[in-house]
Amino acid sequence: MSARDITIVLFLVFVAFTLGITIWASRQTKDATDFYAGGRSFSGFQNGMAIGGDYMSAASFLGIAGIIALYGYDGFLYSIGFLVAWLVALLLVAELLRNSGKYTMADVLAFRMKQKPVRTAAAVSTITVSIFYLLAQMVGAGALVALLLGIKPGQTFLGMDADTAKIATIIMVGALMIIYVTIGGMKGTTYVQIVKAFLLMTGAAVMTIMVFAAFKFNLSDLLGDAAAKSGKGDAFLEPGQRYGVENPKDALATFYSKMDLLSLGIALVLGTAGLPHILIRFYTVPTAKAARKSVLWAIGIIGTFYLMTLALGFGAAALVGGKNITALDKAGNIAAPELARVLGERYLGGETGGAIMLAVIAAVAFATILAVVAGLTLASSSSLAHDFYANVIKGGQASERQEVRVARISALVIGAVSIVLAIRAQTLNVAFLVALAFAVAASGNLPAILYSLFWKRFNTTGAVSAIYGGLIMAVVLVFFSPVVSGSATAMFPKSDWHWFPLSNPGLISIPFGFFCGWLGTILSKTPPDGPEKYAELEVRSLTGAGAH
Amino acid sequence: MATDSANTVDQPQVTGPPTAADYVAVEASPEFAKLRKALRGFVFPMTAAFFLWYALYVILSAYARGFMDTKIVGHINVALIFGLLQFVSTFVIAWLYSRYADKNLDPTADAIRAKLENKA
Repeated sequence: MSARDITIVLFLVFVAFTLGITIWASRQTKDATDFYAGGRSFSGFQNGMAIGGDYMSAASFLGIAGIIALYGYDGFLYSIGFLVAWLVALLLVAELLRNSGKYTMADVLAFRMKQKPVRTAAAVSTITVSIFYLLAQMVGAGALVALLLGIKPGQTFLGMDADTAKIATIIMVGALMIIYVTIGGMKGTTYVQIVKAFLLMTGAAVMTIMVFAAFKFNLSDLLGDAAAKSGKGDAFLEPGQRYGVENPKDALATFYSKMDLLSLGIALVLGTAGLPHILIRFYTVPTAKAARKSVLWAIGIIGTFYLMTLALGFGAAALVGGKNITALDKAGNIAAPELARVLGERYLGGETGGAIMLAVIAAVAFATILAVVAGLTLASSSSLAHDFYANVIKGGQASERQEVRVARISALVIGAVSIVLAIRAQTLNVAFLVALAFAVAASGNLPAILYSLFWKRFNTTGAVSAIYGGLIMAVVLVFFSPVVSGSATAMFPKSDWHWFPLSNPGLISIPFGFFCGWLGTILSKTPPDGPEKYAELEVRSLTGAGAH
Repeated sequence: MATDSANTVDQPQVTGPPTAADYVAVEASPEFAKLRKALRGFVFPMTAAFFLWYALYVILSAYARGFMDTKIVGHINVALIFGLLQFVSTFVIAWLYSRYADKNLDPTADAIRAKLENKA
């Protein structure tokens, strides 16, 4: 069997196993709480694993390893930002949200506000963030399959050339995520994420140990070798190869590049606690204390994983080499799988060992993508059904059965739309889509959540202003940024309508979102929507009295 | 239900689920003020602390290259140590909060909740 055959067999085993779990979970899914929140029956540890499975996307695993392998130290910034961000969730959001909400992010935002405008805004924002994130994963899956299955231009696989195989992969990923969500609901999705987290952590740990073994467990030697092979010397181990690049001839370019680094830094750390697919995970546990435990486990799991990205990235730089990586994939996403092949050849014996190791890691990468897209589909279809259908259209009068039926249909529609969009968006940069999702989450959702929970005076106008203000500012700035037009790596490299100099909008759009929420609140003549509703929210969020 | 008057603000009910008046009464109680102060007194300064500490790291990465590039041992430089310290501080803050919440938040929160939900 070739590496490709092993990958396919392993992937099919994963799919069969998770589909089995999904069908089992569907038998346990009887009411809306089961479908949206897994019956709130998961333990802190289980949910911590599932959060890890939901959060550590292909962008983390393949993307960060790739950036470190090609640009060295700067990739580490992502690892740090993605981890530190969990403190916002732990200290300010997780427990209070668990106590006051029911199924979606909007439950908390609309708690003491006018339902229709706030839920509509929250649904728009949830679906926008989730779709950007979904597209990133699906486009990534399509790009990966050609690389991982080793389909080169001119070759075919099962009669498909590389382009057809990419489209087939996107459709398959989309179909599977629809099945997981419509059949298994939150229970099925959670188990898929737990299994994935286990596989990813095991795979990364085995590779990390092998990398360190190759350098006799000496970190300095690993770094030294990576720096030497990179051709950049010590600069490879220092900040500034990719972000905050210093250009001695162009002070303005240097200034913008450094601002971009700050902008990325702030979007990474504030985005996580505004991601709807992460927030709804806190509803799957019975109490706020269990929500806290799940974040603690998640911080442990995710932190360990991001530490391992250092070994994977620098390991790939040292053992595979930047040139060999860019020869296969300019973006560097192939670094971790290629590293697996080299490690397999070294430790499992010859080409067969390399093929097996590559196959295993490739299958883990696909499992990673599947678990994340399932979480995203669930978050957006929950919001469409619970916020928009049940509370905006039906004015809160929909029955549970109707609501869950609409949620399942929504998952199908969102899945289908994502498949079509992903096929059309194949040339988009994956990291850009993820960064945009984080920026929107940090600019629109986070201000609204924090004001709702901590600011008594906050009201409907403030909530709607924060969400739309942050969302629109983030999207507009990106549209006029060098990521979309006016640079060699832009979406439209041949046109130029850019005037915003940064690729990440966070530095402007996040403060703007907070500002809009504040301004909307103090300018609106409507009194705060019922002081007794804030009393209820505050008592409930802090003590859990009356929590669902 | 005769005792359920969640939609109107009136005197706290003697039995039944918490009403709007109960929530208002609890929110105004010294016990709840103590809980709010205990929570905010920990999470706000801690958030400010880790955010500034993280911002310092990002700003030094952008503007203090000479310092960040200083080698400590072998090929390990200040930038790497600083990055790893962000991991350490995250783990430590998470652990501190967990200990603090167990000791200073949960007992008060549970007591208030129990009182609200089992009004005698």
